[in-house]
Amino acid sequence: MTKLLSIFGWGAVAALGALAVGVVALHRGEPISTLWLVVAAACCYALGFRFYSKFIAAKVLALDALRATPAERLENGRDFVVTNKWVVFGHHFAAIAGPGPLVGPVLAAQFGYLPGTLWVLAGAVFAGCVQDFVILLFSVRRDGKSVTEMAREEIGRVGGFVAYGAVIAILIIILAVAALVVVNALKGSPWGTFTIAMTIPIALLMGVYLRRIRPGKVLEVSVFGFFLVLLAIWGGQWASQTPAMAHIFTLQATNLAILIIVYGFAASAVPVWLLLAPRDYLSTFVKLGAIGLLAIGIVLVHPALHMPAVTRFADGSGPVFGGKIFPFAFITIACGAISGFHSLISSGTTPKLIARETQTRVVGYGAMMAESAVAIMAITAACVLQPGIYFAINSPAGVVGQTPVAATATISAMGFPVTVGEMQSLAHAVGEQTLFNRTGGAPAFAVGMAHIFSQSLGGERVMGLWYHFAVMFEALFILSLLDAGTRATRFMIQDALSHIYKPLGRTSWYPSILITSALIVAAWGYFLWQGVKDPLGGINSLWPLFGIANQLLAAVALCVATSIIIKTHRAKYALVTLVPLAWLVAVTFTAAWHKVLDPDPHVGFLAQARVLAAGPVTAATPKLIFNNQLDAALTTIFVVMVTLVLFESVRGWFGVLSGSREARLSETPFVMTHLLEEQA
Amino acid sequence: MSRISNAARIVLATLREIFDETAYDRFLRRTQMESSPAAYAAFWREKASSHERRPKCC
Repeated sequence: MTKLLSIFGWGAVAALGALAVGVVALHRGEPISTLWLVVAAACCYALGFRFYSKFIAAKVLALDALRATPAERLENGRDFVVTNKWVVFGHHFAAIAGPGPLVGPVLAAQFGYLPGTLWVLAGAVFAGCVQDFVILLFSVRRDGKSVTEMAREEIGRVGGFVAYGAVIAILIIILAVAALVVVNALKGSPWGTFTIAMTIPIALLMGVYLRRIRPGKVLEVSVFGFFLVLLAIWGGQWASQTPAMAHIFTLQATNLAILIIVYGFAASAVPVWLLLAPRDYLSTFVKLGAIGLLAIGIVLVHPALHMPAVTRFADGSGPVFGGKIFPFAFITIACGAISGFHSLISSGTTPKLIARETQTRVVGYGAMMAESAVAIMAITAACVLQPGIYFAINSPAGVVGQTPVAATATISAMGFPVTVGEMQSLAHAVGEQTLFNRTGGAPAFAVGMAHIFSQSLGGERVMGLWYHFAVMFEALFILSLLDAGTRATRFMIQDALSHIYKPLGRTSWYPSILITSALIVAAWGYFLWQGVKDPLGGINSLWPLFGIANQLLAAVALCVATSIIIKTHRAKYALVTLVPLAWLVAVTFTAAWHKVLDPDPHVGFLAQARVLAAGPVTAATPKLIFNNQLDAALTTIFVVMVTLVLFESVRGWFGVLSGSREARLSETPFVMTHLLEEQA
Repeated sequence: MSRISNAARIVLATLREIFDETAYDRFLRRTQMESSPAAYAAFWREKASSHERRPKCC
């Protein structure tokens, strides 16, 4: 009877999911309700978790509830701690959720809401969740080793070296592109700049409060910090309306870039308890709250999607970024579908907290589903805007025209009508001087979020507050990403430099801290500066570079996973990781080819360099040409590195399958768990 | 009712884990120290390196 009910229940979920996906995919003409998107996503996630992840858990990974995890065997009350699975789930989700799943889907909305939605759903269920799940389990079976260590042990020295290099490269590109998103969100915005500037003294105050007044009371101080941030948003409105303050906080993109570079260096050199940790707490607090609020807002308001299902820009002529729907939709949306960076988290803190192997399913697969749901919310926020407004916000001046009149005329001629008056009244409603040319995705997401929130709470009157709340929430966790990313990269560089000169590896030696911090900040600062100076807006070149690097890291992680599956004599199930790997290789290699060699100057780096060389020469021209050539070289290096890992992996797979190579695994031996006895 | 209180307890435990409050409690138990500015400073001396090395996703 129970089985019959289960079959009937899951059959109903499948039918409802098919109907919702059908409506989302096939409906044309009139706007559709966002509820269809929500239902389609909920059903796909439910089916994916119930059936696909269960299949992987039982057949591919053979999860063993009796096998003691490192959290139990190595418990030290510090890094290795047996933890409740829902607590680990929350911890893991908070670590993987960043600005990526918000920004990428907003940019990819230039193709319409359908391509992004389908990729986010299919990519998460069949690739992203699988990667996070298998890497988490394999790390648990190796005492919590990192994906770079696993690559060295399971693929070979080349795999380890490439994974290490890819992580450093991807971190630098991520930091540059994240900083560029903040610059584009804050340029010419005294309200936003004031609010974000205030978060620095708020974080310092929280750090001192925690250290001196109420040691360890982080939740308490986070609530206190959150109220101060709300006060700063309100104060930002005052600052923007007070001429003297507005003058101070109205900054050009170049000034903001310099300030962020200086901040990045200073933040990575001060003690972690003073700025990094409190900012991290505050950003996590705001992030979890804002994501929850947005989910509730979308379900309650369920606004209509005004963006067409598929736009004419699928042919590659889009103004937001250059390139056709394939492969660019799939590298623009990274974190919401599959992100190589997640493999670092799945093989970082999380495996050291897992109490039982069976819990890796809900933590690894489940948390990535939640991340994917955040990407669906971002698509919703972008697509509830009138398309003309969306394109006016996201298109660089170098593509659609320098003046508001030129930009609206170009966008309207593309088939998405918008007027200067509409844009002015929207900018006025959100408390900005202008919303033209605000590339990077964050302002468009903030306008969409404010649009949804203002329909449920406060109406048009408070749209400015909601907009700046959204900008603050994105900028806050991008700044904490800058801080944490600079430090994490610094440690990796210090580890590497210690082989050349031992004291450089000492993490408490200030000369080493300053030298390596300056190196990292100079590297991402260079790309940030390049983005700010780019006539096409920077996002056009940097975001695809980030997408390619991130997806290539996922390819390395999937190579590691496939190698382990084949070595465990479950080759017939290797398709579970091989298919997403083949897809990622196809997507990233095609994207890389386009970015380097495409003759269209809006797409190809070298074509852009040639156009610059042939055009009128200014003082900046040689630099712009060099930057394009550098981006082309970097993309080529990424592809060569991953080709080496692929070659090494495939050689290993054939060796094991043909019997010419021993299937040597570096798993820790089986030890029976005592947790079940303790529970009994 | 008990389900709601159980869910609320898990949410609170999750927040305490994310915000390192549980880690601080464990540190106090392990080192048999009372909570104080000095104990918190010692906690951060031990934790700073692993916290700094922890990557945050994009």
